[in-house]
Amino acid sequence: MGMSIGMIALFVGFGLLVGILFGFFGMGGSFLVTPALLIFGYESTVAVGSGMAFVFGTSVIATLKHRDLGQVDYKLGVLMIVGTATGIEVGKEIVVHLQEIGLAGSIISVVYVLLLGGIGAFVTYEALGDGSGGGLEPDVEADADADDTEIPEVAQKIQSYRVPPMIELRGGITVSLWMILLVAFATGLLSGFLGVGGGFIRMPALFYLIGVPVPIAVGTDLFEIIFSGGIGSFLYAMEGGVNLGIVAPLLAGSALGARVGSAATSIVDEDEIKVYFGVMLLLGSIAVAIQEVGNAFDVEVLRTVSVVVILGAALLVAGAVVYSSVESLRAPTPASSAAD
Amino acid sequence: MFGIESLSGPAYASVLVGIVLVEALLLYVGYGALTRVAGPSVKDAIRGD
Repeated sequence: MGMSIGMIALFVGFGLLVGILFGFFGMGGSFLVTPALLIFGYESTVAVGSGMAFVFGTSVIATLKHRDLGQVDYKLGVLMIVGTATGIEVGKEIVVHLQEIGLAGSIISVVYVLLLGGIGAFVTYEALGDGSGGGLEPDVEADADADDTEIPEVAQKIQSYRVPPMIELRGGITVSLWMILLVAFATGLLSGFLGVGGGFIRMPALFYLIGVPVPIAVGTDLFEIIFSGGIGSFLYAMEGGVNLGIVAPLLAGSALGARVGSAATSIVDEDEIKVYFGVMLLLGSIAVAIQEVGNAFDVEVLRTVSVVVILGAALLVAGAVVYSSVESLRAPTPASSAAD
Repeated sequence: MFGIESLSGPAYASVLVGIVLVEALLLYVGYGALTRVAGPSVKDAIRGD
């Protein structure tokens, strides 16, 4: 494969890092892998295509682990896929229209930064302001009948629209099919508009808009990524954009990381998950903003700073996730049979 | 690589995605077996037992 042992070890280590974040948040693939591969000097098609194949493989592993913990709602996942796919098509059409009038680049950049920063700030603020704890026991299915006080207000409002057919979801909640499709469409539209995987939009949408408990939101989001990642990988592979020499070592690391990250969602307090998620997005928005300024004024050093910020943030947050998990395991309360 | 370069576009892409899927499943099973064997000792060590 023409790759040194040092480079393979670096990829395995990087895969481990991304795997932890991916298993824990259900996001982070397109965020981290593609910019890193571009830094390593791979051409953009290979960086995007190999990154997508890596995300596909990691999402399979992370979803299987979440399934073991009872944290995947397949019915919701399939409905989300239908709504998201439609939304992505509309989002792409909007981009084409904006390109025709010459505004696509600037508008997409601004929306991307505002959305990352906005969701990050909201999730962090909401989690820090909510002293209720809200942690889930390892067996989500066993105690998943969340009472109304644990369901965000917007989600309670959305659940109150009883337009048939009503769909019963994991976590003991019932939501109108049309509301699920509407939320999925909206997240798909943003995903297609921004040209990103959309895990950072879907996970909070599943929790704040539909009212699904956070670990199930992560597991279901990952289930959806299997399909988007698989189709994306296939399309890029047809163009020669998937390099197995890159994907294989990355996956060897992320397979372990995804297990750790997925298991951590059932150990770490739910509010802590939200804080880490919010901090990751806030730092991500800063990195993207720096990158966009670098692109606008063609300043190479800013693009490098952007990648350093995002990789530093990934290292910091993954370290915090592992630290919190270890602390939770050390706590005197019966912690987890799930932490394998 | 892996002797699949001679395949046509869709077949090549399908095999490539299939290889990634098989690798993911093998890693899942492999690490699962590893954590079953080593997991309890690691958890005990973390808890300081």
